[in-house]
Parts: sequence; C-alpha cells; structure tokens
Amino acid sequence: MATEAISVQSLSKLYTTRDGGVAALERISFSVDEGEFVAVVGPSGCGKSTLLKILSGLLAPTAGSASLRGTPIVGPRRDIGVVFQAPVLFPWRTVLDNVLLPIDVQGLGRDRFMGAAMDLLALVGLREFERRYPWELSGGMQQRVAITRALIHDPAMLLMDEPFGALDAMTREHMNIELQRIWTERKKTVFFITHSIPEAVFLADRVLVMTPRPGRIVDDLRIELARPRTLDLMTTPEFGEYTRHIRGLFNVKGGLDA
Amino acid sequence: MRNAKNVILSVLLFIGSIALWEAVVRGFDIPPFILPPPSQVGLALWRGFASGLYLQHLGHTLIETMLGFVVGSALGLVLGTLVALSRPVEFFLYPYIVMFQSLPKVALAPLIVVWFGLGLTSKVINAALIAFFPLLVNTMVGLRSADEERVSLMRSLAASERQIFWMLRLPNALPFVMAGLDVAMIFALIGAIVAEFVGAQKGLGMLIQSMNFNMDVSGQFSILLILSVVGLLLNRGVMVIRKRVLFWDPSEKERSEQERVSA
Repeated sequence: MATEAISVQSLSKLYTTRDGGVAALERISFSVDEGEFVAVVGPSGCGKSTLLKILSGLLAPTAGSASLRGTPIVGPRRDIGVVFQAPVLFPWRTVLDNVLLPIDVQGLGRDRFMGAAMDLLALVGLREFERRYPWELSGGMQQRVAITRALIHDPAMLLMDEPFGALDAMTREHMNIELQRIWTERKKTVFFITHSIPEAVFLADRVLVMTPRPGRIVDDLRIELARPRTLDLMTTPEFGEYTRHIRGLFNVKGGLDA
Repeated sequence: MRNAKNVILSVLLFIGSIALWEAVVRGFDIPPFILPPPSQVGLALWRGFASGLYLQHLGHTLIETMLGFVVGSALGLVLGTLVALSRPVEFFLYPYIVMFQSLPKVALAPLIVVWFGLGLTSKVINAALIAFFPLLVNTMVGLRSADEERVSLMRSLAASERQIFWMLRLPNALPFVMAGLDVAMIFALIGAIVAEFVGAQKGLGMLIQSMNFNMDVSGQFSILLILSVVGLLLNRGVMVIRKRVLFWDPSEKERSEQERVSA
C-alpha cells in the first residue's frame, strides 16, 4: 500500500462577499498516492485554483483539513514545487538564476545545486540557454524554466495550476509530452489543474472532475491507458470514451454553460 | 532620420537661425541690453572661459548640484522605503509629505538662505529639498507595484518578508527609482541656481544675478547657454546609468528602440 502524498478531508472554503458568502469549495475529500499523477478538471470558477492555493499553503481553508505526506498544511512549505499559469519569472535574473531562486530563498547554497540545475535544464531542452534572460525566450520555453524552478530543490510533489493554459495549442501538446517524460524520469507526485478535458485524460493516472457553485468533486476517474502515451492516442476510441464521459458530467451539472 | 542630407540640413538650419538673429538685432538696431546679437554672446562666452571666471563658478554650481542630488535622492530613497514598508510611518508622515509636496519648493529658498547662510550649505540643502520628492514618490510607488503573482511565488517558496523585499520588491522598484533620479538631477540644478539667486558669493546663478545688475545681457545669455548644456549632460549621465542598470526592463528596451527609430 502506497503512502498518501495528499490527503484532503471535507475541505470547505467560503469567500465572504457583500451579498453573503460564496462557497468556492464544499466538503471536498480525496487522497493522492505517492508518485501518482492526478489531474483536476473543471470549468473556470469551480474552485480548482482555490484548492491548489490551499494545498500550497497560500490560503487557509474555512473548514476541514488537508495534509501533505502526513503533516497538516499550516503555511507554505519547502518540500513542494508550484507551477502557476504564468511562468512568473524575474526579468532581472538569467534563466539559471531564475531556476536557482528556491535555492537562494531557502539558503541551500548554490554550489551544491549547480549540477542539478544544469541537468534539469538539459532535461527540459534548455541547455545553452542558462545565461539568457526570460524576455529572450518563447512562452513555452519560459514555462519550461518555471517547471525547472519548481523541480530544483527536489521536492517530493509538484502542484501545477493550469501551467499550459496560456500556450498555443501546438506548444501545449508538445509540453504535455515533455511533462509526461519528466514525470516518468523523476517519479514525483503531480497534482495538475486544468480546464482541458483531453489534457487531463492524456496526462493523468486519475482525473478528479469538479463542478462549480459550490465547488464539488463529482467524479474520481482512473485512466487505464498504457504509458508512454503518444498524441496518436488522443484519436483512439478508449481516449474518446474517457473524454465523452467527463464532458457528459458537465452537461448534466450545467457546468459548461458557465 | 540620420542620413547625410538631414545632418547637413540641420546644421544649415542652425547657422541660418543664428544669422537671422544677428541680422534682426543689427537691422532693427535693437540695443544690446535688450537682446544682444549672437556674436556678442559668443564673445562673452569666450572671455568668460578664457579668464577662468566661468569655470570657477561652474565648478561651484556643479558641486552644489551633485551634493544636493546625492543627499536629496538618498533621503528620498530611504524615506520612500520606510513609507512603503510601514503602515504607521505612512499614516503619521504621509499627510505632511503631501502637504509639503504641493508647496512650490523654490519659495523656501529665501528662508533656507537666512537659516544656512550665503555659503555652500544653503545651496546644497535647497537642491536636496527639491530633488527629494521625485525619489520619495517613485520609490514608494515602485516598492508597492510588485506583481501579485510574483509575490505569491515567493510566498509559496516560504520566503520571509525580508527576502521578498530584497529579491523582489527592490529590483522591481528600480525602473521607478531610475525615473525619479532622472527628474531629481535636473531639479537639483534648479534648486542650486535658485538658492544662488537669493544670496551667494559664488556660482553661475549668482553670476547671472550680478550681470543683471550691470545690464550685461550678453553675459547672461552666455551663462544660460552653459546651464542648458550642463543640464543636458547631467541628464545624459543619468540615462547612461539607467540603461546599464535596467537592461532587463521591457519599457527601457522600447525606449531605446524608439530612440533608434527616431534617430
């Protein structure tokens, strides 16, 4: 039996507004095993970003509990890596310096991580770009720098908040292949938020389906597709079966017309 | 724009307007104490530099300006940082700062000369006082304008407030600070000259004042010429530093591209 990387129990988050409260999350429960790739899919406003903010310790829940690797979340912690929708790079730092930001913040000593940084940059195909500045890179390359930065301190877990949402369709497919490759090589637990159903099915071992107002998990779907998955897989009937099933859930709940 | 034809055209335009000025003054018999012909201004400039008089006073004014610039912008930087970081400091201090800022600072020059005398000190203080505000305001705004997503990233890394300041807020504020320095440099020169007008023993402002009493209008013109060149050079100096410091700033790249296009 694998250990639990993420454990969430009847978690709720209520945002107070002028005309009362809005339930962003309502009594959500799930768990993620160590080394598992779990995607959360749902339309905008279903509370999936709120969920990720709670898991990364940036936001406190209204009720319920969440813990990472057996310890409750009380604030930001150093054994996770977070990737946001935008690359969020610092323009005054080179690619290498951006990647080493967590090392600088956590005072771990750059020397020890220089080799790891170069290996990771090679892994995401950015070798020879380490002295460049972010503005010299394309959007896809910038997001790869952000992923490298999230991996540099060798966290046990990656939290990703629609990391490829701002990229064009072709770059996005390419990044999905890359991420799958990185995940197979590094064997991290990945918690991946997206609003793209095919992306979720393509990447994940398990897909959690969320609907908005209030934010709830309506399905927990295991994706039994062999790895490594290729883009051709997306046109197979099995793949279509999964996406159709998820889309059906949204239609019933009226989530997609939001 | 910068091709041989245009360069020649611009030189011709310059020579033409100087010649026109000379012709108008001579043709209409305008007395030199109203508007001196450019030949006399040139002569005054040459005499002033040859005798060493201008250099001595120019040096004095430059020292006042630079000292005022350094002191004023350093204070603006420190106080702007304090106001941006501390709510109590902002609450208690900011109303006075706003009040003081809306005051035309040159109006304080007579008081400052009375308090600090005819020497260097009063000029430096006046220059610093005027150079202070652009730095204060820009530092404040710059430190507070850090992108929310970048702050979130730092927080997700469990960074302390101190680390967020040094690694994010401060570099992020640099474009604002540099823009403040740009303005402060020229303001410091204005502050020094105004204080010299009010009462001084040395400096270009004092020289203008004494030439005015002697109806030496061509001398005054020659000093105005020097001042505009000095202002231009000081401004260029700040711009050179700014380009080096802000090589990463997208607005800076746009600016230099625009300059390249318009050059």
